[in-house]
Parts: sequence; structure tokens; C-alpha cells
Amino acid sequence: MSEHDESRTPVALSGLSANDPHLQPAARNPQLVERVIALCFLVGIILVIGFGACYWVNAKPWTLGATMGGGLFFLGVGLVAWGKYLMPRGPFVEERHTLANSEGDRDAFAAAIVERGGTVIKRRKMLGGLLGGGLGIFSIVAIFPLIRSLGPLPKSTLFHTDWRPGSFAVDITGRRVRKGDLAVGSIVTVYPEGFQDTDNGQAVDQTVLIRISNQDFTTQKGRETWGPAGYIAYSKLCTHLGCPVGLYEQQLQLLVCPCHQSMFNATNGAVPNFGPAPRPLPQLPLYIDADGYLRAQKDYGQPVGPGFWERS
Amino acid sequence: MSSEVINTKRAKQAATGPYGKVGHALNELDDRLGVAKGGRTFLDKIFPDHWSFMLGEIALYSFVVLLATGVFLTLYYIPSTALTTYHGSYLPLDGQRVTEAYASSVNLSFAVRAGLLMRQMHHWACDIFIGAIVVHMARVFFTGAFRKPRELNWTIGTTLMILAIVNGFLGYSLPDDLVSGTGIRIAYSIILSIPVVGSYLGFLVFGGNFPGTMVIPRFFILHVLIVPALILGLVGAHLFLLVRQKHTQFPGKGRTENNVVGTPMFPVFMAKTTGFLLVVAGVTALLGAFAQINPIWQFGPYEASRISYAVQPDWYMGFLDGALRIWPSWSFHSFGYTIPLEVTVPAVILPGILFNIAYVWPAFERKFTKDFAMHNLLDRPSNRPKRTAAGVAVLSLLSMLFIASSTDVIANFFHLPLNQVLWGMRILVILSPFVAYPVTWKICQELRVVEGGGKRKTTNVVTRTAQGEYVATAAPAYVDDVHAELEASEVPTFIVDETDEQGSAGTRTVDR
Repeated sequence: MSEHDESRTPVALSGLSANDPHLQPAARNPQLVERVIALCFLVGIILVIGFGACYWVNAKPWTLGATMGGGLFFLGVGLVAWGKYLMPRGPFVEERHTLANSEGDRDAFAAAIVERGGTVIKRRKMLGGLLGGGLGIFSIVAIFPLIRSLGPLPKSTLFHTDWRPGSFAVDITGRRVRKGDLAVGSIVTVYPEGFQDTDNGQAVDQTVLIRISNQDFTTQKGRETWGPAGYIAYSKLCTHLGCPVGLYEQQLQLLVCPCHQSMFNATNGAVPNFGPAPRPLPQLPLYIDADGYLRAQKDYGQPVGPGFWERS
Repeated sequence: MSSEVINTKRAKQAATGPYGKVGHALNELDDRLGVAKGGRTFLDKIFPDHWSFMLGEIALYSFVVLLATGVFLTLYYIPSTALTTYHGSYLPLDGQRVTEAYASSVNLSFAVRAGLLMRQMHHWACDIFIGAIVVHMARVFFTGAFRKPRELNWTIGTTLMILAIVNGFLGYSLPDDLVSGTGIRIAYSIILSIPVVGSYLGFLVFGGNFPGTMVIPRFFILHVLIVPALILGLVGAHLFLLVRQKHTQFPGKGRTENNVVGTPMFPVFMAKTTGFLLVVAGVTALLGAFAQINPIWQFGPYEASRISYAVQPDWYMGFLDGALRIWPSWSFHSFGYTIPLEVTVPAVILPGILFNIAYVWPAFERKFTKDFAMHNLLDRPSNRPKRTAAGVAVLSLLSMLFIASSTDVIANFFHLPLNQVLWGMRILVILSPFVAYPVTWKICQELRVVEGGGKRKTTNVVTRTAQGEYVATAAPAYVDDVHAELEASEVPTFIVDETDEQGSAGTRTVDR
């Protein structure tokens, strides 16, 4: 035991004799360990060659990963074992040197900054001020090309959509929706005609058109004419984070956002009755023209989608 | 003629001294760069051994895998939202109008040899990278490795964690598939929710209203150049400080505040760590081979009016998504302005608070404990009950928020009403830190007075005597077992004082 204890005491790396216990491998049976490591390396080599072969014959992706991963794994395990069991086991010790310098060095460093630099700046206050001012002005001016050019100002963009008075409601293929197209309880995503293929049409104008049976429906004040023949249109942008409110629960007539599970009551002004959405989905006023096409009376009249500072 | 050549050769050999060609090359190098002294110090550098010091290595080496596989991906990926018609080898998408970004992501998965493997390895390496950072950070926190003189490295590490999360999100967004596109949409709405400047910021980042055409090219250059360059630079600084200040170590035989005990850089540590790099790369490749991740061809291309069920981000964004789900719909309106608190609080203020707690913790602890001393020996977490309890409280809060990002999946799987799951998670999120703190604190208090706590138990050898009697004797300690020597570190006075106040100190002793 005492011999063990001796060899367990950390020693400095340099000046050890070749047969010092600290320089011996950690393994009790180095020959066996060496064989195991050699086996690891051999398996690794075979698998790495296999990786090349799999690539050559264009084998399935998983064979590439299996051979490459397995090869690297076995080579790595062998190398770790080599380091851990066959190399000098130590433990070795190294002294830490205090990072801090002597008092004199510190003072000299501080003096160089404060006295040498300080006198120069104090003596030429005006020059320093001018230079600082110039660089300061530049850094402010530089913000404009660097930051301001990145994009336009929002202005009123967030407050309106592409729905105009008389816009035809079309589906994703551009087909105009007519009065008889939807059965009661069914739903379709519509866009203002001409915008179904545009980024803005997809991201901002998207609207759910639901045909609701009239007896279920509670008409909101001021919206008496907005839902002709049971056709109700709401913005499809969730008022929480702008995900498409893409699920319609037909039995309860709920519009559900799959992102964070906000639910909007389709029969009652799309008021949220569950989840984190704070506002009802804006309703698009519709009318049915003489030919039976569904069209918008006007734009939403309020920003669609999530909240932001300028929104009143 | 020929004998002259031989003579010159011999003269050269003689000039190189006892170390042959290597010695000669090093002499030439040292003449020019003066590296001999520093190089020797570097090769002799001692690395302490402990399994937990490997966690940072996992992070470093998965970052190496990220760089290697990422370079491969950039050679095939097209960062453009221009529309194209897909005619690749994945037939279900044939003829669809998709963006160049999506088409090239699907193509590099199917049409490029080893492309799918590289893409899956890249994604797995990212998840491992951030996971290893978080666990490494927890190790540094619970063992007090962030204390003086290493506060700056803790700050750099925290910044690295944030940058890794940001870059993970940016990269996840690049394929422009249905799930990642929804993630970008949510990110835009979160930017929009910032009071006063939100809409301006959103328009600057996206080059206009969502989605615009700039987001993919901009996310691309951020993802492949700007953020990785920052990460690389900070990793360099992180490692430089580590070398300069030397490793911390656990207390043990012969280990003091003023030395480092372990194995030398060359060849022992170098062999082990290089082997470990290969192991990390190998495991990542095996995951890429056998564990499918982010099958973008199944999600389909992003279209702003489409959505899929069970939309969830990568794991490291889970806590934000969970917070967004359970925070109530409290929007603030006044004077014609809106603060969308239902978004701002969980997605801007909450991560802001959490990350800032991480940044200020070393200073906070210094102020609280009045401990301004240098620390090179690590703490046992149970010897610092308050710190450990605080860390566990934050981790349990984050875990609950993470689980809350699956409310819909949980409700479906267990056939529970969504409302019950939502309220259950709200209660768990609020409760968990307040339960975790005292429970952890109590466990730490108990562990501190356990006889022989933290020491590895030696094996008992049971022998049967000729009379049939069984005798158990302790086996000699294994020669390489450094942990058997763990000594209790001195319990700081502020903890002893506190135990006195609790009135329970009379029944237990804290010094072993």
C-alpha cells in the first residue's frame, strides 16, 4: 500500500527517471490493452475503407453514415484508450504562477496611461475634442447607410391589406368564389383577386371564408351587412403571432391556430375564447354581387395579425 | 564528388544534434520565431482529469463538425426566395412551385451523394452543440468555476450560448420549409412586439413587411459568416483564457489552490482529446445515419397561408415557445398605442431576464458572499446549498417551460382536455422553482453532513473461510482512482452562520 501511495503523489513532469512509476502506463495488463486498441484501430480502418466503398457504389445514405461514423468512433475510442491506459499515468503537478504582476509593474503601467497619455490629452484639449467630435459625428452618420438602408419605413403598411372595395374573393388557384360554392359548415382560404400568387397576398391578405348556418350566428353591432347568405370572412392571421389560423373545428365552429392553440369563435365575431391571442380576428365585410360572386365591401379597417406599438 | 556529398550530409546530421531531423526543423523554426521555450511550456501543460471537464470538449468538437459539414452544405445550398419548379428525385414534390432555397435543400439531400448524411449530421451537431454548452455551463455554475479569476470567461461562455442559439435558429430557417417558415413568421411577430421600435426593427431586418424577399439571403450570410465568425473568435478567447488562467480542479490529494494535478498536454491529453474529437464526429455521423432529423421534404415548402399541426421549434427554442403558449392574453392599450404584452413578456422580457441573470451571477455572488478571493479549487455543489438551489430552480423553470411547448401533443397523447394541460403547465411553471429551491437546499444540507460523502466507496472483498464463515474486508484502492482521495473543502463561514440561524446546527456538525 505504501508503494501505491508513493506513486500516487503528484510529481513534476521533468527530471523523472525512466522507470519512475509515474511514467508507467496506467493499465495493469498493457499487452492486453494494446491488443484491444489494435483491434479498435483495425475495425476503424475497415469501416473507413467501407465508407469509401459505399460512396463509390453510391450505396444508401445510412450505409455512408454507419461506416463513416463507426470508423471514426472506433479510431477515436482506440486513441482515447491509448492515451488513458498506455501513456504515462502520472499524476503530474504543475505550479500555478500568480497572474498578477508586482506592485511596481502595475504602477508603471497605470502611470504610462495616466501621466503620459493624460498630459498629452490635457494639454491639447481642443484637438482631442475636435477629433472625438469628428469620429462621433461619423459614427452617427454611418448608422444611416449601415442600418437605415436595410429596409423601408413601416409607415402605414401594417394598417391595410390589398383588399379594396369590390375585390373579388378568389381561392389559391385564382378562381372566383360564388354563392353556391361552399356547403354550410365548410371553409376556404381566399385572397383578393390578383394577389393570390404574391408574397403579400399570401402573408397579409389571407382570409378564411366560412359558410355558417344563420341560426348559430351572432351578428356584431355595425356588421349587419358583412356576412351575406351566411358567408363570413375573417383574417387568417392569428392575432397572437401571425400564424395562419388553419384549423376549423366544425362542431364547435372554432377557428384554431395550431402554433399556440388560440381559438376563435367563428359564430361570434371570431372572439378568442382560448389561448394567448388577445384580439378577435378582424372581419372582412362581404357582399354578393348580381352575378353571385363574393366580393369585399372594403378593406379590414384595422391592422391584421399580431400587435405592435403603433396599433391603437 | 560523391564522397563530398556524403561528407556534407554527415556534417548536417552532426549539426542537428541528438534529436535528428525533428530537432533540426525545430532549430530552424526557433531561429525565426523563437518558439522553443513557449512550445515546451505548452507541451508540458498539465490538464486535470475529471469526466465533467469533457462537456466543454463535446461543445468544441461538435462545433468542429458543424464547420466541416456546414462548408459542405454551402456548396449546394442556394440562398434565394426566387421561385422555381421542382423537378428532382423526390417525386411527391414534382412540378411544385417552390423557392430556390427549398429546392436546393431537397436536392442536396437527395441528389448529392452523402448530402443527406451531411445535412442530418449538421442538424444533429447543432442540437448536440447547444446541449453540450448548456450542460457545460451547468457544470461550471454548480462547481463555482466561474469565480475569480474566471468571471470574464463565464461572460464569454454565456455570450457563446446565446450566439449558438441564435445561429441554430438562423440555420433552421434556411431550408424555407413549412415548419421553419412558420418559425420565421413567429420571430418577425416577436420583433414587432418590441415597444416603440418594433415595427421599424422588423422592417429593417426583413427588408420590408413579412415575408419580403431579403430574409433568406440575410439569414444565410448571418448564419454562415457573421455569427460563426463571432463564435469562432469568442471560442478562441475562451480557450486562450483557459490556457492563461489554467484549469480549475476538484480538491484531492496533492491538489492545492496553487497547482494543477493531472496529465501533460503532450502526448497524453493530446491523444485523449483527439480521440474524443473522432468519437464526437463518429457519434454525430451515426446519428445522421440512423436518426432522421428535420425531414423537410415531408413538411413541404413554406407558404404563408399554410400551416401544419404540432408546430414546434428545435429543442433549444422550446422554452420560449412554451412561455408563449402559457402566458395569458394580456395586451396593453393606452393613449393610442399598444404593447403586446402577450408576446413581449414571454418572448422578449423573459429571455432577457434569464440571460442577464447568467451574466451578472458572478458579481451577484461576490457581493452576496463577500468572497473576493481567487479560486482554483472547485466546490462540491452540496457545499454551496444556496447557489446549487438557485441553479436547480432556474433549470427546473426552464424544463417546465420546455415541456409547456408541447401542450397540444400532451393533450392529444394522454386524451386530456387542452385547457387542463394548459393550466397544469401554468401551475407547474410557477410552482417548480419554488419547490426546487427548498428541496435542493435541504438535500444539500443533508449531504454536507454525510460521513464520507463525495468519496468513492472502496470495493469489499468477501471471502469464505474454511469454517464457512464469510468475512468482508475493504479492497485496496485502485491505483488510478484519483476520486478516492477527494477531501472535503472548507465550508465557507457564511453557510455555517446560516445553519446556526436555522437552529438545526446543534444536532449536526459540518466539519468532517
